[in-house]
Amino acid sequence: MTTLTNDTTVAAGAAEQPAASGLAGATGTLLRLATAGSVDDGKSTLVGRLLYDSKAVLADQLDAVERVSRAKGLGHVDLALLTDGLRAEREQGITIDVAYRYFATGNRTFILADCPGHVQYTRNTVTGSSTADVLVLLVDIRKGVLEQTRRHLAVGQLLRVPTIIVAVNKIDLVDYDEATYERVAAEIAGVAADLGVPNLVTLPTSALVGDNIVDRSERMGWYDGPSLLELLEAAPAASEITELPFRFPVQLALRPQDAAPEFRDYRGYAGQVATGVVAVGDEVVVLPAGRRTRVSGIDTHDGPLDEAFAPQSVTIRLADEIDITRGDLIAAAADAPEPTQDLDGMVAWLAERGLRVGQKVLVKHGTRTVQGIVRDIHGRLDLDTLTPQATETLELNDIGRIRLRLAAPIAADDYTRSRRTGSFLLIDPQSGGTLAAGMVRGETSFSDAATIEPDQTLTWVI
Amino acid sequence: MTTRTLSHLRELESEAIHIIREAVSELERPVLLFSGGKDSVVMLHLAVKAFWPAPVPFPVMHVDTGHNFGEVIAYRDATVERLGLRLVVASVQDYIDDGRLLERADGTRNPLQTQPLLDAIAEHRFDVVFGGGRRDEEKARAKERVVSLRDEFGQWDPRNQRPELWALYNPRHRPGEHVRVFPLSNWTELDVWRYIEAEDIELPNLYYAHDREVFARDGMWLAVGDVTEPREGETVETRRVRYRTVGDMSCTGAVESDAATIADVIAEVAVTRITERGATRADDRLTEAAMEDRKKEGYF
Ligand SMILES: Nc1nc2c(ncn2[C@@H]2O[C@H](COP(=O)(O)OP(=O)(O)OP(=O)(O)O)[C@@H](O)[C@H]2O)c(=O)[nH]1
Ligand SMILES: [Mg+2]
Repeated sequence: MTTLTNDTTVAAGAAEQPAASGLAGATGTLLRLATAGSVDDGKSTLVGRLLYDSKAVLADQLDAVERVSRAKGLGHVDLALLTDGLRAEREQGITIDVAYRYFATGNRTFILADCPGHVQYTRNTVTGSSTADVLVLLVDIRKGVLEQTRRHLAVGQLLRVPTIIVAVNKIDLVDYDEATYERVAAEIAGVAADLGVPNLVTLPTSALVGDNIVDRSERMGWYDGPSLLELLEAAPAASEITELPFRFPVQLALRPQDAAPEFRDYRGYAGQVATGVVAVGDEVVVLPAGRRTRVSGIDTHDGPLDEAFAPQSVTIRLADEIDITRGDLIAAAADAPEPTQDLDGMVAWLAERGLRVGQKVLVKHGTRTVQGIVRDIHGRLDLDTLTPQATETLELNDIGRIRLRLAAPIAADDYTRSRRTGSFLLIDPQSGGTLAAGMVRGETSFSDAATIEPDQTLTWVI
Repeated sequence: MTTRTLSHLRELESEAIHIIREAVSELERPVLLFSGGKDSVVMLHLAVKAFWPAPVPFPVMHVDTGHNFGEVIAYRDATVERLGLRLVVASVQDYIDDGRLLERADGTRNPLQTQPLLDAIAEHRFDVVFGGGRRDEEKARAKERVVSLRDEFGQWDPRNQRPELWALYNPRHRPGEHVRVFPLSNWTELDVWRYIEAEDIELPNLYYAHDREVFARDGMWLAVGDVTEPREGETVETRRVRYRTVGDMSCTGAVESDAATIADVIAEVAVTRITERGATRADDRLTEAAMEDRKKEGYF
């Protein structure tokens, strides 16, 4: 192809090579990645480097970034500008909100969410991490573990991001020194152990220079592990969602009175399979009512299916006429959650105004939204000691444990078992704003009688 | 054991259908922005799938700049007819004719779309506006939520967006506010084309290579038409071109191309070194933050 702009915009490096590994792949499975770590640790630069070195930056984008870098008087191309796209971000040199970028290698398609490091924008980091399969946590090797590093690692663990990779970054600024790397790696491993993070992978990087991002560095004879991209290509995708029991939150009932004549009596329930697999003939239970029935058909616009699995969007027909509406859950009869009006959950509090006992909120779980009232605040995570601490309120950016009484039952799973059906939102009934990210705790959530330890002996781990 | 993994294209499809169904179920008065451009065509195709066998339960809206490619308007009307949809047209020309909007010196009407769009949203009390915007198009769009709040002036506040957690979308808002919903947020240009191939979706034929009278301006090929006359020194020639995006004729350029089929286009897009907006949109080149500024005011 020749275009006019192709001739006039010849940028260095990336532009001269075909997009062999840039956009051409775009097949295979999807992996969602989010960055985390303290302000200026190099998250945006790392994402930019990942895109640049895998030839996923197009010539006009690179041209624009070069132009702005020159105008700022920088001696190098600031790859962070590939994601820091807002005017305010470019002026201040920080990331404010998540930027999403896309690239593919031979066998994987990636969605990159570059998140902010600043404490003020933690809600955006939680946003980017909530859907991530992999969290890449950066640490500036000169600074070691900072409060934001601890907070973001706690967020990653709380949200149960399946894989957490720590990039000990700016290794170029300590002359690629192994001892310094080992010290920082041990420090972060200690925090991870306290938080209960399993199998943390750590590697030394320079996002600025490009060491161990796409290609293995030749400046560190002492490190013979994989590069970041190699780790990402090998990371497990979230395929195990099909191995969990079947869950199907009903989005809406389809009863098309005004459809073609052959569908006048059609009655189906549209939704996305949250977890598991369902086949025609399977016995299911409709919650919270508890009615049992069988699946009589699985429909899509492309024709009927014998089975559907997560995360397919389908329409399910049932053998019996049951009153089903949005917010109901169709679940495997043999392994269904117990509906409850008492919710014990962890929350990441994301609103300016704090949370108090007695406060009324809306709880959105799956496709169901119910009223709730805060019964107890069962402590907040102290980021210095990484242990729970008694508190009257939860404030902005706090991670805490609460108990809610609900106006109507929900059928939820333990979040640590199922991110998709164990997560909930707290919503402000007045403004409609989102107040908190919530995660159902399995062990005590389904019992009214569950005892709460007195405040002095808070013992939970996130 | 059978492996149950969706290809990434089918995962994107499923995500988009889920988003469309959520927004329609949670709120009252949805509308889908439909220009006849490839992204809006794919979005409408997904809406059809989301509600089948029921018909699409909302109208579509076209913000008509009055500078249209004839074949795109014909395609728009045929599609609306085929699906039995209600079409709302917000006309930039009407605003110019009665003086509510002033024609710009550069003749470009893309930025003029915002006012008619917001007025139509208010008049019809739409509370969900589906847009075909994709995060890979542009750096300000890369920052956009799937469900994105607009205040009572239609403004986007990129510094203060609502958190968006898991697939638990929250489209609640105060009276007078509305949400923009972008089901194709996570799709790339190549994904869109692969999907068009997989689903065999018909598009206006200017997306494929054809001979056209064009002239060069600002590093783009502009079509000769009623509103795009060559200026002095600009010579008209016949070239084999196609469009990567379809918008206001005065600021949407063609690219030279021999890609006559969907497969040809996919091969072309897969190796291109220029983004689709970079190659074809004059309005995004005005300033560094042209798109961000338009979006803050309420643009698509
Ligand atoms: N020497 C060196 N500098 C780096 C490296 N990575 C990033 N930097 C520099 O560190 C500064 C901050 O980089 P960013 O990528 O913007 O940091 P960030 O983590 O995205 O910052 P926030 O998003 O605002 O939290 C910039 O000046 C980068 O050039 C590195 O590996 N080595
Ligand atoms: Mg950043």
